[in-house]
Amino acid sequence: MTAQAPIQAESETGGGTWRFPANRPLRLDSGATLAPLEIAYKTYGRLNDERTNAILVCHALTGDQHLASTHPVTGKPGWWDRFVGPGKPLDPDRHFIICSNVIGGCMGSTGPASIDPATGEPYGLKFPVITIADMVRAQAMLIEAMGIETLFAAIGGSMGGMQVQQWAADYPEKLFSAVIIAAAARHSAQNIAFHEVGRQAIMADPNWMSGAYLTAGVRPEKGLAVARMAAHITYLSEAALQRKFGRELQRDGLSWGFDADFQVESYLRHQGASFVDRFDANSYLYITRALDYFDLAARHGGVLAEAFMKARHVRFCVLSFSSDWLYPTAESRDIVRALNGAGCRTSFAEIATDKGHDAFFLDEPLLDQTLRGFLGAQAQARGLA
Amino acid sequence: MTRIREDFAEILKLVRPSARVLDVGCGEGELLELLTREKQVDGQGLELGPENVAACVARGLSVVQGDGDRDLDHFPTRAFDYAILSKTLQQMREPRHVLNELLRIADQAVVSVPNFGHWRVRWALLSQGRMPETGALPEPWWSTPNIHLCTLRDFVDLCDQLGLRIDGCAALSDGRPAREIDPRAPIENWRAETALFLLSRKAEPAPPAAMPQQNLFGEVELPKPEAPVPKRRGTRKA
Repeated sequence: MTAQAPIQAESETGGGTWRFPANRPLRLDSGATLAPLEIAYKTYGRLNDERTNAILVCHALTGDQHLASTHPVTGKPGWWDRFVGPGKPLDPDRHFIICSNVIGGCMGSTGPASIDPATGEPYGLKFPVITIADMVRAQAMLIEAMGIETLFAAIGGSMGGMQVQQWAADYPEKLFSAVIIAAAARHSAQNIAFHEVGRQAIMADPNWMSGAYLTAGVRPEKGLAVARMAAHITYLSEAALQRKFGRELQRDGLSWGFDADFQVESYLRHQGASFVDRFDANSYLYITRALDYFDLAARHGGVLAEAFMKARHVRFCVLSFSSDWLYPTAESRDIVRALNGAGCRTSFAEIATDKGHDAFFLDEPLLDQTLRGFLGAQAQARGLA
Repeated sequence: MTRIREDFAEILKLVRPSARVLDVGCGEGELLELLTREKQVDGQGLELGPENVAACVARGLSVVQGDGDRDLDHFPTRAFDYAILSKTLQQMREPRHVLNELLRIADQAVVSVPNFGHWRVRWALLSQGRMPETGALPEPWWSTPNIHLCTLRDFVDLCDQLGLRIDGCAALSDGRPAREIDPRAPIENWRAETALFLLSRKAEPAPPAAMPQQNLFGEVELPKPEAPVPKRRGTRKA
């Protein structure tokens, strides 16, 4: 294969796009294949000589590889900057931290906005439907290409936590430890319902053009913004919204019209508008579909514990947030029950917070403390400390 | 090394090396860490407080946040050699259910309970007519977490009802070394401040010979016949 970028020997932060040629296709659950395949990634820190200190961080639905470095589009700090950096739980001075853009994404990995080699045009809806397992299969190709046999840890929140579970099910021999934050082992009816609202909003935008908007030179920005607004509500809690906005108005008095009178409206509009600058509408369709299709137990005879049977040597840490109603604590407990049933070493904590699902991006001292403690203890067990 | 709590010292003697151990209400994991260090056990904890869970995780222990009353269903049947419940059975909403669960999950349960039949308790009630506050039961009635107190005799009766075999029993009192006792002896229902039990299911045979020939207190000794069957309860005054 042609390695676009060698593993960093000197620089602390690295990355690039790994290209897998057409003779190394990615085989998808749907039966389709994807080739050539590109995976965009960032790395932080250095791989040690024994190649035992690699941590893969799996990003969430709208995340990307810019884990702890400035986002090239928004100019904002990396999405998990709070937890990744010198002296932080994920420490480039000790760990080799990898984060790659999922396939189907829009930040450099092959996705619906990539050029379809068959037509020379963007894939659009010709892009095959992908699953969480497909995303993980692509990550495994990247890790292997980097010469890493075993990950010291796979860590992810939300959709990232689903990928980590999939790693434990499909590549247990490549895992030493696993951290699953605010996730679920399958999408519930409510999860699917919210995603369907988002997809319908995108598809109802005339600029969506049946998915061929890139060829037409337009973007379904309104639809994508509405999808983001609806989804964003599910990432917060009622208490957090109330605390942040209450019924506060944008300006004195009501407009007696449909301007954004309330601060919460203005906030959501801003969330929607800024999202469209950095995200592709078709990617949103494909990735939400992958999430909806996710049901780890279904792939193992309906018994979730069966998925983890080969991961008994892996040390797991499962974390949930008390006010998360997108993937509530009960979903995490189901994962824990299955892990225990499989005989895996499992820790679980529910972190009390009113910040909802998004708490895993935010300042939660107990999250920091647990993550730091878990990785520290695992580093000792792995002989890294 | 700091002094080991006397109930921990007893449990340490009791647990055989490399066993699989579940500690229900493991706090910050002191006991699990001790057992891991001294007996190389494969430990798992269940603990209510998230800060305690974080402390355990930092010690390299596997601990699930949960409530002994509600969350023992997290663990599969016979997943452990020992389930430990230290001085908290009396705080459970359903002690019978908890005992049954412990012995579903594990082959043996190590359970310690404060004895409400202790002479100090009886004396406090008799002389003052008030709910006793003692070393083992320090809180006033209105704030005590102990909602299901029992005497040694009550506990032995419950074991009989649930079909549990008492494989060993030791009396604990603060600051003094543990003392092996016959929990059915009436005098112990006056003397023992807290009792530590090793329980198993009657129906199932004791674990096979893999178990070293150790008695309750860890002294290696020759196998001896089943402990003499105590006299039927209720035939003596306690």
